[in-house]
Amino acid sequence: MENAGYLFAAFGIIWAAIFIYILVLWKRQRSMQTDIALLKETLRRKKLE
Amino acid sequence: MKTSRNIYWLWGLSSVLFLASLLMVFIFVPTEATMGVVQRIFYFHVPLAWVSFLAFFIVFIFSIFYLWKREEKWDIIASSSAEVGTVFTTLFLISGSIWAKPIWNTWWTWDPRLTAALVLWLIYVAYLLVRSYTAEKERGARFAAVVGIVGFVDVPIVALAITLWRTQHPSPVIFSGGLAPAMLFTLLVCLSAFSALYALLLWLKIAMKRSESDIETIKEAIDRGN
Repeated sequence: MENAGYLFAAFGIIWAAIFIYILVLWKRQRSMQTDIALLKETLRRKKLE
Repeated sequence: MKTSRNIYWLWGLSSVLFLASLLMVFIFVPTEATMGVVQRIFYFHVPLAWVSFLAFFIVFIFSIFYLWKREEKWDIIASSSAEVGTVFTTLFLISGSIWAKPIWNTWWTWDPRLTAALVLWLIYVAYLLVRSYTAEKERGARFAAVVGIVGFVDVPIVALAITLWRTQHPSPVIFSGGLAPAMLFTLLVCLSAFSALYALLLWLKIAMKRSESDIETIKEAIDRGN
């Protein structure tokens, strides 16, 4: 198992980076969905006024 | 609703393929005789490079569509693919560097293949910077589309560098029959896993950009109402 440290470092970095990237995209998308709902509500209220 | 369902399907497919690829890379595939266990980086390093090339090909195609039709939907696909492609390129540069250290005894060397790959990364980082630093959105999209089309020239250079120049990078083994069947099969499973992941990330990024566009439209409608 010579150089196994390099193998696990490479896999660890790839996995961590992909996981963080997915998490960031997912959270951003969810927060934008909330913003859209709030803005739509504001727009609806303005129309009623 | 349909979009969410498709995302969950892609998510499921990627998870299954990644589980299979991990089992194959760490249990099924035999250890390569010369490099030993560290050669297993190959099964993620090569798919990362392939998927980066695919991502930049999508940027190239949809940038042409955008410059031709000037419709925002083409720009959304191109810019989303550029971001995902840049993430994959970053990872294939890092994984290559980690692989190089025990084999070449250096983290980096100015070899034609490595240099061309670094230039590719810089081109698409420039693509993303051009978009974010141009004040007018439509103008930024136009500039970026030009970078996306011209920058694609570097993709065949990266791919062919190992045959065009004398290089330290290993020669092509995939199409020359230099891979044992078990290794080739493992590589194909890993390629499928990364392709599914690319599709998932592209889908998520496109959904995000569409939401951004919706927010702008609603804000404009509210401003018009004032």
